[in-house]
Amino acid sequence: MRKQEARRPAMTGNMPFLVVGILFFLGLYAILFERNLIKIAIGITLLEASANLLLIVLGYRTGGSIPVFTLAGDVQTMTLPTPQALTLTAIVIGLATSALLLSLIMMLYKHYGTLDVREIRRLRG
Amino acid sequence: MNWNIHLPALIIAVPLLGAFAAPLAGLGGKVTRNIWFVAVSIATVALSIMLWQHVQAEGVVVYVLGGESWNLTLPSGLSWPIRIILEVDAFSAFMAIVGSIAAMAGAFFSLRFMERFSGLDKFVSLYFLLMAGMLGMELTGDLFNFFVFLEIASVASFGLVAFWRDRPEAVEAGFKYMIVSTVAAMLVLIAVGFFYGRYNAVNMAAVARMMHFGYPEKIALVFLVTALAMKCGAVPMHMWTPDAYTEAPAGVTCLLVAVSQASLYGLFRVCFSLYGASLGSSVVPWTIIVLGVLSMFIGVTMAVIQKEIKRLMAYHSVSQIGYILLGLGVGLLALKDPQAMADYGFTAMKGGIYHLFNYTMYKGLLFLTAGALFYAAGSRNLNDLGGLARVMPHTAFMFVIAAAAIAGLPPFNGFVSKLLIYESTFAVYPVLAIAALVTSVLTLASFVKVFQTAFLGPAKSVFANVREVPATMLVGMSILTVVVIGLTLLPTWSLANLVEPAAKALVDQAGYISAVMGGGL
Repeated sequence: MRKQEARRPAMTGNMPFLVVGILFFLGLYAILFERNLIKIAIGITLLEASANLLLIVLGYRTGGSIPVFTLAGDVQTMTLPTPQALTLTAIVIGLATSALLLSLIMMLYKHYGTLDVREIRRLRG
Repeated sequence: MNWNIHLPALIIAVPLLGAFAAPLAGLGGKVTRNIWFVAVSIATVALSIMLWQHVQAEGVVVYVLGGESWNLTLPSGLSWPIRIILEVDAFSAFMAIVGSIAAMAGAFFSLRFMERFSGLDKFVSLYFLLMAGMLGMELTGDLFNFFVFLEIASVASFGLVAFWRDRPEAVEAGFKYMIVSTVAAMLVLIAVGFFYGRYNAVNMAAVARMMHFGYPEKIALVFLVTALAMKCGAVPMHMWTPDAYTEAPAGVTCLLVAVSQASLYGLFRVCFSLYGASLGSSVVPWTIIVLGVLSMFIGVTMAVIQKEIKRLMAYHSVSQIGYILLGLGVGLLALKDPQAMADYGFTAMKGGIYHLFNYTMYKGLLFLTAGALFYAAGSRNLNDLGGLARVMPHTAFMFVIAAAAIAGLPPFNGFVSKLLIYESTFAVYPVLAIAALVTSVLTLASFVKVFQTAFLGPAKSVFANVREVPATMLVGMSILTVVVIGLTLLPTWSLANLVEPAAKALVDQAGYISAVMGGGL
């Protein structure tokens, strides 16, 4: 009974990492095996989401409040601010890459008239 | 107050300023833009040479961005570094010189080469952004900052690879490169997350000091090695290299070669300075050696059968990257054992680092000559070209120098670095040296073929009106030619002054750590 109680917070504490793993492998699967360019782009955004989620989760402390001294009030624990700053940077970079990725897909569609990777193969050998 | 303490930040700031002011310079017309393009790239070379001298004199240089003082790495008596810290040792400074020289040559070459196309303000902006990203990767001492610069360089290079967006092939190459590189960048970010989770730090020196080689570190190492090997174009993920190098404008390809070296720099910074002696087993060194041998061999065999001149050269870059991986991998293998290090490890590292310099110079030059052929004759196909040595004597001369250097003919610089690699790898496993020799022979064969078909042979009537390329393009090529000849004539000087300090800095993990963690003030 006590053993179970002790284990439960640890399990829920690890849940976000499980989600990170699932998102990561879903993204990787989409990039490696999907044939539609848009789906590949979705795979890339899933990878980005998993990396961002990982950073945020690493900075979380149970029961922690916002890491701003003047607003946090009378609390003992705060979440860590660094990963949040890192994540913000990563989100901005992710936005830039996604926009560029989609615009390249648009140009590919204009040139080839298809979104199927098997037909966009002028370069090889 | 001595201003050269600010050099590490200036080297990144100058190209960044160059990038964002390029549209402004473009308002002043073509001449202003060209002057800006050339002036900023020359300034960057000058700064990187000054930084190198500064590092020679002072040892490892640190620079705290946004701190009260430039050298306050551990503020308010904390025992861990906060803020972004640039950390420049002899290896970083060496890489900055290599990268900025290649960038300057590419800039001169692009002046006339790109003249026929529109959107040149954006071209110059992206070019400088790519430069800033590359130099940032080479000078930073912070893992997350490394990721940011990696992304800056990647995003700029997607734009440049797909610059001729009317060509379907260029967009396709840019897209392929983008997928590979974004996945690699995400792997780097996740690895950074692992380090943060374990040590609450993203500074390389701080992480290196606390490193315990457990499971999270192993996973992070796998992620980092995979990602950076993908980005530098080593074999299993090399397929973006020929496409991107072929489709990018020639001046950009010259810079892209230097940018791939920045990923290689990251790989070795991670292996030597971040993990260093705590890399218990020899699995990682052997992985790098095997990747190196595969890259050498597969790269060169793919190159021999190519018909398109830039594609052929791009496959040769895969094989040349293999030499560098082989040399530094052997050095990593010998890292734990001082005797092995003295016997062959250090020679291998010197060979690898010297080859890195040589490779960037002659490969950049080869891509520029290919660009010159394309500019003058309008074709990159070896079946069409022929007899061009008569009308393009300067280009032909520089091509011969670069081809002799890449094939490792004595007395050229490529021979010196390859000899160091043969010598040291022979001590580990003779098979490695044999693989390297066979690769070298195939490289020679393939460049003899290019020279024979493109430059020699009867004059073709199609090329009756072909003239030598304009002067600024020749200047771009001759910068690299002068460096190649300089390295050829002064191998002892460059080994003792450029390469050896870099190799020593890479081995000296304690020095790298103490520059940030040793009190700072």
